Amino acid sequence: MEPTLKVSIWRGRDDGGFAQYDVPRRDSQTVLDVVTHVQRHLEPTLSYRFACRVGMCGSCAMTVNGKARWTCRTHVSKVVGADGALEIAPLANLPVIKDLATDMSVFFDKWAQAKGRFVGTATRHDAFATVAPASPQRQAANAGIECIGCAVCYSACDLVSWNPDYLGPAALNRAWTLVNDVRDAGNEARIEMVAGDAGCHSCHSHQSCREHCPKSLNPTASIAGLKRATLAAAWKGGA
Amino acid sequence: MKFRARAETLLWGAQRASAAVLGVCVLVHLVTILYAVRGGLSGAEILSRTRGSLGLALFYGAFVVAVAIHAPIGLRAILRENTRWRGASLDLAMAAFGAFLVWFGWRAVGGLFG
Amino acid sequence: MNRPHRAHPAWWAFAVHRVSGLALTLFVPLHFWALGMAIAGEAALDGFVRWTDNPLVKLAETGLVVLLAAHLAGGLRLLGVEFLPWSPRQKTAVAASAGFALAAGLLFLFNVTAA
Repeated sequence: MEPTLKVSIWRGRDDGGFAQYDVPRRDSQTVLDVVTHVQRHLEPTLSYRFACRVGMCGSCAMTVNGKARWTCRTHVSKVVGADGALEIAPLANLPVIKDLATDMSVFFDKWAQAKGRFVGTATRHDAFATVAPASPQRQAANAGIECIGCAVCYSACDLVSWNPDYLGPAALNRAWTLVNDVRDAGNEARIEMVAGDAGCHSCHSHQSCREHCPKSLNPTASIAGLKRATLAAAWKGGA
Repeated sequence: MKFRARAETLLWGAQRASAAVLGVCVLVHLVTILYAVRGGLSGAEILSRTRGSLGLALFYGAFVVAVAIHAPIGLRAILRENTRWRGASLDLAMAAFGAFLVWFGWRAVGGLFG
Repeated sequence: MNRPHRAHPAWWAFAVHRVSGLALTLFVPLHFWALGMAIAGEAALDGFVRWTDNPLVKLAETGLVVLLAAHLAGGLRLLGVEFLPWSPRQKTAVAASAGFALAAGLLFLFNVTAA
């Protein structure tokens, strides 16, 4: 095992370049540990995001050796190249604010565009909604609700790179969970927003989203569900 | 549903429906070809099977239509994702390509049948 | 690898499906043109068929059979992804498609070369 890691880290905005740092190798070191070391001891001007450090919040997502991942959950030993090489870049498909921090606005804007917001009809005076947990719809919703909006899937998706309007796997996955929420009243508008080439029909089932998701979610399946739902709606007659 | 969203959705639906039809047609075609090429092929052999065969004419006629729906929609996606061409002119070009495939394919089916 | 995020079977299956689809779309008009020679009569069609007796053409035809079989199998896989309940056996489906395509190609090659 090489005692020193040869780390390349992206510096700058969308224009910029990789700067090289030597970082001492440690046992059980994560990529976030490496970035933290660089910022604390080698390069105080390095910008990056993190929060929980324990694989819950998704803030530390970056591109490590070409793949989007949570850096706090990525052991260096799993990804380090030959002769201790490590390349750390910001998440792809998002504008770079500085160094490893990206502008997530468009990711969340698309979440809103996909009508990823619950539309309720009940008030505090109504009885609780009863939803059978074993119902197919609830199970479909449950399969997708653990998403924390880390943008790893968005970053891994080629359709997001090829089609700037594409809402992306996370937004569409979210829409699908709401399509399956029997309490939600906003599905007519939602189905409309997720149809078309900005929506689910751009997905070609590459499954990179599913492969990369740190929470093992399956946006491909959710998007397939949206394809079926939009077809049913279009077939039954347009508005 | 608004027109654009509905149009894209139905286009996707048509592509999948034609895909299902082609699933059958292509399988039959592959098996037929694998069988027919044994011991060599000749124009006479082909025509002896197709001439006057209404069944084959209908089968391949339907096959042509399915291809004419399926291929242009797929090509449209490829062009939109890899070039800057999009919008009405692309849609029109793809529709024209589909119409051409129907005409050219039925012409061949007619020639083999008649 | 240039794009590590693409290094998984479902992506390669997409690439094969797209390339094969494009190739077949370009081939089909040629195929219709060749078959359309039947309009000019048996001799015309036979003349074309004789031209295909060339080993290079036979090799190309084998390639086409592989592409067609790959596109068929991959297409069925995709119809499954989009319309059937999700299967955890995605990699198996990709492998089976590849196997089917290879088998079709080999069978064709065998049938055109065997005496």
